[in-house]
Amino acid sequence: MTMRPDPTFHASPKLAMEAPAENFAYTLLLSPDFSKPDALAVIDVKPGSPTYSQIVHTVTMPNKGDEFHHFGWNACSSALSPLTGHAFIERRYLVIPGLRSSRIYIIDTKPDPTKAKIHKIIEPEEVFKKTGYSRPHTIHCGPDGIYVSTLGGGGKDGTNGPPGVFIMDCETFEVLGRWEIDRGPQTLHYDFWWNLPRDYMVTSEWALPPQFENGIVPEDLLANKYGHRLHFWDLRARRNVQTIDLGANHQMALEVRPAHDPVREYGFVGVVVDTTNLEASIWTWWRDGGTFHVEKTATIPPEPAPKEKLPPLLQGFGAVPPLVTDIDLSMDDRFLYVSCWGTGEMRQYDVSDPRKPKHAGSVHIGGIARRTPHPNGKAFAAGPQMVEISRDGRRVYWTNSLYSTWDDQFYPDGVPGVEVMANVGRDGGLELDKDYFVSFPDGYRAHQIRLEGGDCSTDSFCYPSA
Amino acid sequence: MGWPLAVSAGLLDKSPRALFRALLALAAGHLLATLLVLLPFALLLVLAEWQRSIQIGASLLVIGFGVYRLIERRHPRALARIPPTQLALWSFAVAIAHGAALMLVPIYLGLCQAFELDAGHEAAGALMKASLVKTSLGMAVLVSLVHVAAMIGAGGCLAWLVYRYLGLRFVSRNWFNLDLIWATSLIVVGVVALAFNLSSRQ
Repeated sequence: MTMRPDPTFHASPKLAMEAPAENFAYTLLLSPDFSKPDALAVIDVKPGSPTYSQIVHTVTMPNKGDEFHHFGWNACSSALSPLTGHAFIERRYLVIPGLRSSRIYIIDTKPDPTKAKIHKIIEPEEVFKKTGYSRPHTIHCGPDGIYVSTLGGGGKDGTNGPPGVFIMDCETFEVLGRWEIDRGPQTLHYDFWWNLPRDYMVTSEWALPPQFENGIVPEDLLANKYGHRLHFWDLRARRNVQTIDLGANHQMALEVRPAHDPVREYGFVGVVVDTTNLEASIWTWWRDGGTFHVEKTATIPPEPAPKEKLPPLLQGFGAVPPLVTDIDLSMDDRFLYVSCWGTGEMRQYDVSDPRKPKHAGSVHIGGIARRTPHPNGKAFAAGPQMVEISRDGRRVYWTNSLYSTWDDQFYPDGVPGVEVMANVGRDGGLELDKDYFVSFPDGYRAHQIRLEGGDCSTDSFCYPSA
Repeated sequence: MGWPLAVSAGLLDKSPRALFRALLALAAGHLLATLLVLLPFALLLVLAEWQRSIQIGASLLVIGFGVYRLIERRHPRALARIPPTQLALWSFAVAIAHGAALMLVPIYLGLCQAFELDAGHEAAGALMKASLVKTSLGMAVLVSLVHVAAMIGAGGCLAWLVYRYLGLRFVSRNWFNLDLIWATSLIVVGVVALAFNLSSRQ
């Protein structure tokens, strides 16, 4: 219990942008063949440091087969919520869910990131018993606890009941139980985020475990059986208030990115693929008079490619779908970054007018057919995947692995783990940093990145940037 | 208490009017909480012969609550569950949970002492009892009103200063953990009331 709020908590996005730059990047490493335990790598990102862009510490887990995915902090700026009136917790522990094992690791990053160590392990049985959910996926620090989204329900294959969100205590890490009181028509889950003072949550849909654990199921995809709806919830009442179907052909509505400034009641969601034409799309949702609306606001077309350059899965199509697997919104709500994991492109959209995104910048790296190398000459397998933006919006980091079995289907030549960074111009524009290139140890792939002190997909704010 | 909510309301609506509306709701909730706690004691005071026991009991209750707040420093999760639109309800719940309303009891009982003694010396009859209840209730309302006015005055000034001049950095940088002080002051109020009661009646 601290006497003053953690200095990395910020009342508004504007104050977060003015905070000192990050010194370390935490990156999840996973062993795709489950032969080694997954790990957390701590990377030095302080320019001018002798160990810049190198791994300076690794926390290796004691188990195998966890498959790390989206992690988060035990506490963040949301602790400054005026409703809880109790901001005296620390941004100290990283909560790492094992998507495949349903095990959750709590990593203590104090007194120094290079001394990070395991603080607690929550075994899968506890999650199953207390929530009835499995496959924990995304972590968000809320004002009254840690919220964890899951992709599976009960039973061995996770199809016994719908998946949802559960809550953990942010100090004892005790699993408290399910969040939903009335889930309405929601049966699939992926990402979630919220607007705290406006009191709503948004959740998206990927698929049930049998549809992703052993790889993408092409028949299910072509039959439009993956998720394609957005659910809106009353955050305090824990009740579904509205569900919007994007249309069955818009398969896999994944990352939800609400505007950081809580006075702005809109956000974005990325759709991986349209089964009618292979294009990917960005959608904008907004609230008007208490009702939510959604509209497709940007599309990214597939790129034609010769059959010999395509994996068996795509050979019948003669084209590479962009596969938008992640999006991230800068802290000033101005730029939306879009990972095109299939075509190997990181796109930057100016979303100052949220319903009219303007393509503002782009870099090509990797890609199923293009295979663009890094500007430093090194190979970059797969494409831009999990993307993270520094608080000040000047640096954009990303990794290249999506999910072990899916990586193998789209990139059968292998996906050695790499992390790169691009610098952002004052008025947009993206350029890969030649000096920032992190190669992870053999046999490891890299997934999500968290920046020391918070980043653009962890913190939520309770006051506007006025 | 609750002034950051007023700042938040003002900033979200970009209007000072929203800030004052929020303060009004906070005051209403707080007033309700203090009345809810004080009124039963006001009615109890009619039992003049039990007055001393009531006062000692009230002091012990406040001390006990302070000790509980010392041990259980975490805020009840229920408080964070109240929607930001229901400020009065939040203010009511937080005043109860913190013991803000309870803290007034020993002070209130002390204030009432004079009335009761005088009344007690006069006569005991149905009519007198009714007037005693009236005086006692009136005093409870007065104590609540004065308390809420002081709280909203201080909180409102702070809310306005942050909203208009100091800026949001004040919220994250100058927010102190008052839990310890809060719990201690409950105990102090209880102990002082207890000591005063024991010494003045012997």
